[in-house]
Amino acid sequence: MSAVTSESTPASTPGPQGGGAGGSGRKGGAPNGFSFRDVLSGNGTVTVLAILLSLVISAVLIILTDEDVLEAAGYFFSRPMDTLAAAWSAVAAAYAALFRGAIFNYRGDTFSEGIYPLMESLTVATPLIIISLGIAISFRSGLFNIGGQGQMIFGAMFATWFGVHLQLPAGLHLLLVLIMGILGGALWGAVVGFLKALTGAHEVILTIMLNYVAIHLVTYFLYTPVLQREGSTNPVSDFLPSTAVFPLLFGDSFRLNWGFVVALVATVFAWWLMKRSSVGFQLRAVGANPDAARTAGVSVKRMYVVAMAISGGLAGLAGMSQVSGTEKMLNTDVAGSFGFDAITVALLGRSSPWGVFAAGLLFGALRAGGVTMQTETGVPIDIVLIIQSLIVLFIAAPPLVRMIFRLPAPGSLQARATADPVTQPTLAGAVAATTASADGHVAPADSATIGDADSSTTTPAEGDQR
Amino acid sequence: MKLELRGITKKFGAFTANDSIDLTVESGQVHSLLGENGAGKSTLMNVLFGLYEPTAGEILVDGRPVRFSGPGEAMRAGIGMVHQHFMLIPVFTVAENVALGDEHTRAAGILDLESTRRKIREISDEYGFHVDPDALVEDLPVGVQQRVEIIKALVREARVLILDEPTAVLTPQETDELLDIIRRLRDNGTAVVFISHKLREVKAISTVISVLRRGRMVGTADPDADQSELAALMVGRAVGLNTTKSAPQLGEETFSVSDLTVLSPEGVRLVDRVSFGIRQGEILAVAGVQGNGQTELTEAIMGLQKAQGSIRLDGEEILGRTTRQVIRAGVGYVPEDRSTDGLVGSFSVAENLVLNRFDRAPVGNRFQLSPAAIRSLAEQRVTEFDVRTQGVDLPVGTLSGGNQQKVVMARELVDDLKLFIASQPTRGVDVGSIEFLHDRIIRERDSGTPVMIVSTELDEVLDLADRIAVMYHGRIIGIVPGDTSRDDLGLMMAGITPGTEPDTTPDTTPKGATA
Repeated sequence: MSAVTSESTPASTPGPQGGGAGGSGRKGGAPNGFSFRDVLSGNGTVTVLAILLSLVISAVLIILTDEDVLEAAGYFFSRPMDTLAAAWSAVAAAYAALFRGAIFNYRGDTFSEGIYPLMESLTVATPLIIISLGIAISFRSGLFNIGGQGQMIFGAMFATWFGVHLQLPAGLHLLLVLIMGILGGALWGAVVGFLKALTGAHEVILTIMLNYVAIHLVTYFLYTPVLQREGSTNPVSDFLPSTAVFPLLFGDSFRLNWGFVVALVATVFAWWLMKRSSVGFQLRAVGANPDAARTAGVSVKRMYVVAMAISGGLAGLAGMSQVSGTEKMLNTDVAGSFGFDAITVALLGRSSPWGVFAAGLLFGALRAGGVTMQTETGVPIDIVLIIQSLIVLFIAAPPLVRMIFRLPAPGSLQARATADPVTQPTLAGAVAATTASADGHVAPADSATIGDADSSTTTPAEGDQR
Repeated sequence: MKLELRGITKKFGAFTANDSIDLTVESGQVHSLLGENGAGKSTLMNVLFGLYEPTAGEILVDGRPVRFSGPGEAMRAGIGMVHQHFMLIPVFTVAENVALGDEHTRAAGILDLESTRRKIREISDEYGFHVDPDALVEDLPVGVQQRVEIIKALVREARVLILDEPTAVLTPQETDELLDIIRRLRDNGTAVVFISHKLREVKAISTVISVLRRGRMVGTADPDADQSELAALMVGRAVGLNTTKSAPQLGEETFSVSDLTVLSPEGVRLVDRVSFGIRQGEILAVAGVQGNGQTELTEAIMGLQKAQGSIRLDGEEILGRTTRQVIRAGVGYVPEDRSTDGLVGSFSVAENLVLNRFDRAPVGNRFQLSPAAIRSLAEQRVTEFDVRTQGVDLPVGTLSGGNQQKVVMARELVDDLKLFIASQPTRGVDVGSIEFLHDRIIRERDSGTPVMIVSTELDEVLDLADRIAVMYHGRIIGIVPGDTSRDDLGLMMAGITPGTEPDTTPDTTPKGATA
């Protein structure tokens, strides 16, 4: 994808064929105008409503699959209240169990039993927050890093090797393991950045393929003396010595460890990086408009490498926090589905560091609570996955939420009044871009926001809404 | 066919983009809508084309009120529109683009492109379009793409054709051809609505001129009205149309280019052994039809394009340096396409004002930025350059074209410039802002900076230049004094050098490498 174009076709503004806006970009354009940007720039109201909406829909699913409800529905016409009562109790029980498992167990006898679920949620959220920060930074830099999984595995692998094979004093060992975790992930991420800068290969393909490589590499190493536990025939590593493990934060009653503090520090770092640092400014510029960044003297290629290294480094740190935190050893499943959940969390958090932090906490809580919900009420934990998926689905399609709750289109009053009327970002442009991204196309989302004042930057969909 | 707009009002929230506008367009007329950027011309046309629903007012076709709920209905009513930014699919052929949305199918749903091709040839022959129905749109020059848009409208039997800023992307030659096409359409009974802010063209083509200002119709004028009268009507105050500048105070020749060659990936010489020099306090305008190597020339100077030869600034070779190093050497650069290369649309005005200076005091260092310093610098620049924005924190993409251009100029025209390069410094900018921007460029010259202007607009070249270099097919075919006649320049832009040999003129010989 060369950014050098000899002519610039002016067809970069979505117009009457609004739906085509996603595809009608400048040819040869670098992956600027990342389509996610439209999703990322939504507002908080939509997020809250999306969460509410997905809880409501999941409630319907709980009702439809609940045996008591189905039984009561058999005599619905004679005693309709029975069905409604059964439905209510099914949902109430499930969500109450979810709450008890995720935040506060009000049935607990002691205070520590009461807050155990909250501590557990924070523990589960820790690696998710860290890796999602990395993914969010890649999004902001205009790169779609799907390689979180592979980078996390590399971080975990580096951390495990240095944890298991070295004997060092307590603090020093942990610090070294932490740095090696970051380094492992950063290396695996930087490979992608290098290949993209050097050859123009698309990072989506590179990261997907490197995920496979990482999975098979870790499996191989776990079957060879490099990492395999001595005397074991299973692909597991030795346990890490206590010098290389995060100390527990609040004593033995909870699994919560210093990894959570690391996640907090990582969030502050990500905020500083993207909001305050010179590197972050360049990363954001490259993400928003690589052509303008290049013209302003930013080395776009170098930023690709930097972005992928930072993104991968955070993923690697997440891998390390698994190994040195709850697991205390390495197996082939260390990255689980973190790499992909992180994309969801980054989207939910709109790729802003504190948004990601909050979204990570939410997902951690849902996961922790889902277990309790399943054991106590028999509602399958899959409902939690459905809730998660629906939240993101609604966030990816803000017009859907607005339609359901009859909200006005964003900025329809104040933004229009403050600026020229015809230069507003268009809703349909955003939708078009969002749909295009589903096919893996990179849509020129900037065309929806930039336009000469007199150009027609408004699409029929928007006109229809009025 | 007669099209009437009566009392059209369009509000966006509290903002009134069109305020009870009346407009009548009739067959065989060219009705020009003149107005600055943001005056509401495009909004009005989008209402007419069914893209916006008017807040109040009605549209009448041949006396019958109509309501368009979308462009499809407007097209069926005989209204066609050519947008400023074309709505073509680059990888489709001309015929496929024309057929799109109006496909003819044979039995079993097979696409019948042959009938579309036939129609395109008919229309092409009738109006002298010279468009090959099987050419890929992305391979066509901008001017021809525009004809494809016109064909699209004509194939759908448009009786009213709206052209939104049709000449903004065209070269002088293409503009002349377009004006001829419009005349032929008019003579065939098509009603043409011509939207522009270029007075010369509007005067050349119009039957009636309506002037819009801030959403209101402020008057109509005859095509033979005085240019400055029209400009005053448009802007709401008297405007100086011709930039006044004093004679240049020439200093040393601190910037020189010698034997510069840029090759395309295919090995074509896009810039062919170009040599010239610019002295301190001098404006050299590079004139030429778009696509004759001007873009590559400026990009090569800025380190954005690989090149061979030599570029010297203050005695130092800058060819081979990175863009950042070139900027650090004291070069201000306004790229020709501000929305692609000049600005990050989603960034705030303030961030755009430090886009190439974020890591230098006082706004930042290698590690971090200073938001307070950025803000105060931005506020100062916004005031100095009269950028109309509600605040420096607004995304720059929400500003009008003229104000966006002012942001780029404000960023690049810093103190202690060693060289200032501006490509198309006033493209798509309204009359009021052009005056301001030209004035700033001349002030930069008068402060002793060598200035290079690249422009395809002859008016601009003649207004600003102390010397004019004309590029043709990648070569500078002559460097002539700034008062050279329009006709002579036109000939040179077409590759003909009157009375002189290419590359040299009696009074100004391009300088070689000055070691």
